[in-house]
Amino acid sequence: MEWRKPSARAELGGRASAQSVRTMKANARTTAGKHSLTVRRVRAADMLHVIALDERVTGLAKPDYWNDMFSRYGDRRPHEGFFLVAEAPEAEGAAPVLGFIVGEVRAWEFGSAPCGWVIALSVEPGARLHGIGQALFDALAAEFKQAGVDRMRTMVARDNRLHLLFFRSEGMMAGPYIELEKELE
Amino acid sequence: MKLQISSRLAVFAILELSADSDRRVSVADIGEKCGVSSHHLAKVMHVLARAGLVRSVRGAGGGYRFVGNARRTTLLDVIELFETIGANPRQEVGDRTDEGRALRQVLGEIDDIARATLGSITISTMLKLVRRRGDGRRAAESARG
Repeated sequence: MEWRKPSARAELGGRASAQSVRTMKANARTTAGKHSLTVRRVRAADMLHVIALDERVTGLAKPDYWNDMFSRYGDRRPHEGFFLVAEAPEAEGAAPVLGFIVGEVRAWEFGSAPCGWVIALSVEPGARLHGIGQALFDALAAEFKQAGVDRMRTMVARDNRLHLLFFRSEGMMAGPYIELEKELE
Repeated sequence: MKLQISSRLAVFAILELSADSDRRVSVADIGEKCGVSSHHLAKVMHVLARAGLVRSVRGAGGGYRFVGNARRTTLLDVIELFETIGANPRQEVGDRTDEGRALRQVLGEIDDIARATLGSITISTMLKLVRRRGDGRRAAESARG
């Protein structure tokens, strides 16, 4: 589905400001490119859209996983866990949830000082390149800062070019850890 | 990891030109900034032009302009015009032994990471990085007085 351009009244222009995304206790209207959208905490009613978006992007339906994510990050531990959605302006005919991001402050795993982890990020394929991912990323970064951490981290598959390019463009560089794994015999 | 001189020059030239895609820059100017001869750089620019990343502008005030897409072109795209990063298809000494195969597996890990890293950084991202470096350097210089 293509994301239709909102009406002129919603065009504010510019990058989402730190202030606009920091005030997420209510809804924060922010801008993505020249388009207005709301970045806010997820609600139970969003979950069907989140599950459907994830299935469209990954080709795999994971309702149990996402419902578990909602129970962990939706409304519990609001100062450490953040499940945010980007919502299109109303009555624009766009998908209600244009993207989502999930993050959590984790501390002392493998000796790592408290740090904000980006656990999931997804943007409606037809609405990409409008700054929605960036608005979600900025909103999560503001939440992490408010939670008292000064660093954020994520893990990306080497062949996931889309996410790699995005996180790099947001200034993320290789961190001090190397991820290792082993096939169990 | 070490890049060939042509790859380095190509990256520098692309960054110089893409910082302002309306600006024409002469080979001599880029060469002077990088400290290399115009002759060497001219060969590099020819390859970049053939790849559609730069275009030569003739006439007075001529030079080169960046005509690629800075948000889509990665460092790997530029570098691989001059050298191959990663997987070495050539048979190396000891490759047929278990030790050689184990060594190739480890070296393959490094190659994969190198390719993923270079392939994830666009020219646009690189320009941001350059600006941050410049800001950091200027801040440190001003702090020193």
